[in-house]
Amino acid sequence: MFGFGILSGVIFLPFVGVAFLLTQKGDDEASLRNIRWATLATTIATFALSLFVWSGFDTTSAAFQFVEEKNWLGSGLVYKMGVDGFSMPFVLLTTFLMPFAILASWTSVEKRVKEYMIAFLVLETLMVGVFCALDLVLFYLFFEGGLIPMFLIIGIWGGKRRVYASFKFFLYTLVGSLLMLVAILAMYGKAGTTDITVLVHTWLPDAHVEAPTAGSVILAAILLKMGGYGFIRFSLPMFPDASTHFAPFVYALSVIAIVYTSLVALVQEDIKKLIAYSSVAHMGYVTMGLFTLNAQGMQGAIFQMISHGLVAGALFLCVGVIYDRMHTREIAAYGGLVNRMPIYAFVFMLFTMANVGLPGTTGFIGEFLSLAGAFQANSWVALIATSGVIFSAAYALYLYRRVIFGALDKASLMSIADLTPREIAIFAPLVLLTIYYGVQPQPILSATQASVDNLIQTHTALIDAIKLAAAGQ
Amino acid sequence: MIYAIVFLPLVGFLIAGAFGRWIGARASELVTTGLLMICAVLSWVVFFDVALGHDHGYAPIVGNWMTVGALKVDWALRVDTLTAVMLVVVNTVSSLVHLYSIGYMHEDPHRPRFFAYLSLFTFAMLMLVTADNLVQMFFGWEGVGLASYLLIGFWYQKPSANAAAIKAFVVNRVGDFGFALGIFLVFQLTKSLGFEEVFAAMPGLDGKTIHLFGMDVDALTMAAFLLFIGAMGKSAQFFLHTWLPDAMEGPTPVSALIHAATMVTAGVFMVARLSPIFEHAPAALEFVTLIGAATAFFAATVGLVQNDIKRVIAYSTCSQLGYMFVAEGVGAYSLGIFHLFTHAFFKALLFLGAGSVIHAMHHEQDMRNMGGLRKDIPFTFAMMTIGTLALTGFPYTAGYFSKDGIIEAAFAAGEHHTTAMIGFVATVVAAGLTSYYSWRLVFMTFFGHRPAHPVAVNHSHDEPATEDEHGHGHDDHGHHAPHESPLAMLVPLAVLAIGALGAGYVFEPDFAGHAYAEFWKGALYTGAHNEILHEMHAIPQWAGYAPTAMMVLGFLVSLYVYVLKPGSAPALAGAFPRLYQFLLNKWYFDELYDFLFVRPAFAIGRLFWKGGDGAIIDGLGPDGVAARVADGARLAVRLQTGYVYHYAFAMLIGVAAVVTYFVAGGLR
Repeated sequence: MFGFGILSGVIFLPFVGVAFLLTQKGDDEASLRNIRWATLATTIATFALSLFVWSGFDTTSAAFQFVEEKNWLGSGLVYKMGVDGFSMPFVLLTTFLMPFAILASWTSVEKRVKEYMIAFLVLETLMVGVFCALDLVLFYLFFEGGLIPMFLIIGIWGGKRRVYASFKFFLYTLVGSLLMLVAILAMYGKAGTTDITVLVHTWLPDAHVEAPTAGSVILAAILLKMGGYGFIRFSLPMFPDASTHFAPFVYALSVIAIVYTSLVALVQEDIKKLIAYSSVAHMGYVTMGLFTLNAQGMQGAIFQMISHGLVAGALFLCVGVIYDRMHTREIAAYGGLVNRMPIYAFVFMLFTMANVGLPGTTGFIGEFLSLAGAFQANSWVALIATSGVIFSAAYALYLYRRVIFGALDKASLMSIADLTPREIAIFAPLVLLTIYYGVQPQPILSATQASVDNLIQTHTALIDAIKLAAAGQ
Repeated sequence: MIYAIVFLPLVGFLIAGAFGRWIGARASELVTTGLLMICAVLSWVVFFDVALGHDHGYAPIVGNWMTVGALKVDWALRVDTLTAVMLVVVNTVSSLVHLYSIGYMHEDPHRPRFFAYLSLFTFAMLMLVTADNLVQMFFGWEGVGLASYLLIGFWYQKPSANAAAIKAFVVNRVGDFGFALGIFLVFQLTKSLGFEEVFAAMPGLDGKTIHLFGMDVDALTMAAFLLFIGAMGKSAQFFLHTWLPDAMEGPTPVSALIHAATMVTAGVFMVARLSPIFEHAPAALEFVTLIGAATAFFAATVGLVQNDIKRVIAYSTCSQLGYMFVAEGVGAYSLGIFHLFTHAFFKALLFLGAGSVIHAMHHEQDMRNMGGLRKDIPFTFAMMTIGTLALTGFPYTAGYFSKDGIIEAAFAAGEHHTTAMIGFVATVVAAGLTSYYSWRLVFMTFFGHRPAHPVAVNHSHDEPATEDEHGHGHDDHGHHAPHESPLAMLVPLAVLAIGALGAGYVFEPDFAGHAYAEFWKGALYTGAHNEILHEMHAIPQWAGYAPTAMMVLGFLVSLYVYVLKPGSAPALAGAFPRLYQFLLNKWYFDELYDFLFVRPAFAIGRLFWKGGDGAIIDGLGPDGVAARVADGARLAVRLQTGYVYHYAFAMLIGVAAVVTYFVAGGLR
């Protein structure tokens, strides 16, 4: 079709859904139902198509696959798409989570449903595009473009302070990405770009808190990963010298992120904010792992991103469940939910445990590997970062206790209902995958292995070459 | 067969956990208990094959877990004598506790959940003891931690139970923090995590120093030290012991299974399993001895004055675990495991006996409100007496062989190391204290008279979730006559009592006597110069009789204070008020930790949140900008051009910045 390959199909399939949605007029029940089902069908079809790509993906190769190249804007700028071991898992994660985001918004979004769904589909296209783009300008366009629908989703369908949050989100990420643009165009490996994702984290809790549930899920699961993905795709291979040079700086920021945000999470009074801070802490393991530049650290970091996508996404869905019922995110407003919501209590417990890295869940693999890698690179970093396992247990179980355990004595909660079949259908695949990949993580690890090995080898060779050149002078 | 032993409890967990609601409580009980019974029988078969027979063990690989570079971890089920001993301990006690719980928990509305958790715990514990690499061990390690958390907090309506559950998990995580770092260090040193590969690499690493945490340290000492921190957490050793007494908030069968016989001994098991590492780290071993000695003494002193029947036994457990570490610290790993083995019988017996007392007293746990029960529940009384005899080391009971063996080994090693001599003194003194508090428990509970006016108790009781459903609340205890427990509870007591009496005598030659080599078949590693098991037989006679003498002394003092001269206990407490308060408040560890760690963590968190995030990063940096832009954006919103306009505006700034950059760069 127009000479485009299957990857472009995955990227632009959501646009087909958008086209259909645009034909829908009216606000009556029937058309709303059409809109919802059409969006869901689109996202599922996109996922199916990406699975098809996956089935043809050769995990033993470090090369880009399914490459498409078209002349686009004259000489330098090309439309070039492809996937390798780094991007394939993220493409799958994105397309996999989209149907859940749509399902989570099924009833909770009531106004401007059509626009909302269009925003999500556009967002999907742009996100998948980010992971597939092999041209820097193209990457930047998708990356920046992704901010627009997210900004709208928070700003229009978010909570009470949504406008403030959306500006904050926008500003921080924009500053970050402008810096990136500078870096891209200048090809100058300033590690100054790292603070985009690590130090400048304060937008995240605000953005999360005010975003609608599905927005938070996507924010935590995918958008947050783009920073890490950017490191893998650009910073590390293109600026090996700078990456080595600035590794201590990145380590420092990572462990600060882990300890600092964990302590802050401990005292939060808002469920969503607590989980948002916990997300930042978990991303600290990612940046730390990536800059170890050894197999365990890097594969652990990538795994951690995937795992965090599942687990944090699921935790935000968990918050959404009770927010839909009670319309508050105050921890103090809850307590004793297990008495009326045993299934919910189980699901929440499972993801809480995955979040604190219990072995047998995906959370453990990412944390364990990235820490094992960090230990070989720098024992102090590993020491401080490992203390995160204590903090995460403290804040996560403390949250769980206040929300789920205890006696059910708040009048407002007396009639709260357990998970509906729709909600169970949302959680079931996430529960299964969190455990399955916790016990059997090899499919994901093998997918990234060749690319990671290749990167490390190239990196070592480059560093050696630089040293040699320096010695020769 | 080993597959069945390990995975049947998992099956039981899944059935009771997922379908308990539909198949009902009775079916859940029968399924989980039945499966555990099968496991227990099979475990004994394995024990006879591998430990007593000629089978040298095996380690079938179930599947690959993860492979990343040099790091390769398999799911495997390793069976050797050490594992076989643990299988027997875990599955025997677990199946008896399952059976016992049918009687003990029969008023609780959440029985399927309870039995599911018990089976989940058993599965995790079995994964721990059959681990063939450090990571699978860590899996089981954290898994039992999870099950322990769930079971301590089983009665989730009670705030104290929830607090205790979190405390247990978090304090254990402090230990796991060390364990994890130890695993990383071992991996760095040996580039492998499987036991065979790691152990094979040990001799080559002897004396190697590495640069770690800014210091040059002996590599194996550091590794052993870090791993032992994990053991300290799980086995509630000095500094990391605070969670164990609080864990008594869980139902009593849980205390017997998890917090006496199995999970808390995981640390002891770990040190024994990793004996090839510890044997090459003598400095770490001395640390193990010291911590064990400190715990044995400390916990015994606190046990002297506690009034809650379960807490006395909890501190006793803590103290006995200290004994096991003293044994391992002086190189007598087999004695540590032997004591683990015998202790499992008599301590589970004591806990389940205490449960029977609590059951009889309608969920009363304060011993000051008990007395004279030997006439009401004679069978429980007999069983508790057997447990106490074994615990205090009465000649030819189980504890006599294992505990006195440890004390002798400590004395023998004391000729080489001061730490071992400290261990000897601490364990001998603790033997006297143990005898005192154990008999105190028996005398307060079964002798004398029940007070007419029960002492108001401010700590919580061991009671099921729903007061109304089980019909008798608090106000009416004393009105019902204490009653003997149902058969489901008494049978386990009888079985354990047999173990408490005979396990020492029967297995002493195998564990630590002349059949040592054929029994262990190399499952425990001892260095070339480790002759401790021979040296301990060459000690002077007085040292051999010391623990028995202390046992008698403790018994006599206890008899005098609580039976011959009732009322002298309060007088004694009044004579030394400071000491009494110090012991009653458990050396003020909880208060100290609260002051040192808990409050600061929250305070710093609050400071960072409001001060750091709010004011500094947001305020000075981007948020100041955000405020300005927000002002601009408000205008933009008013103009109805919306966000896209704003976006374009920002893009413009970006382009301008880039152009400026290039121009500036071009000029250079």
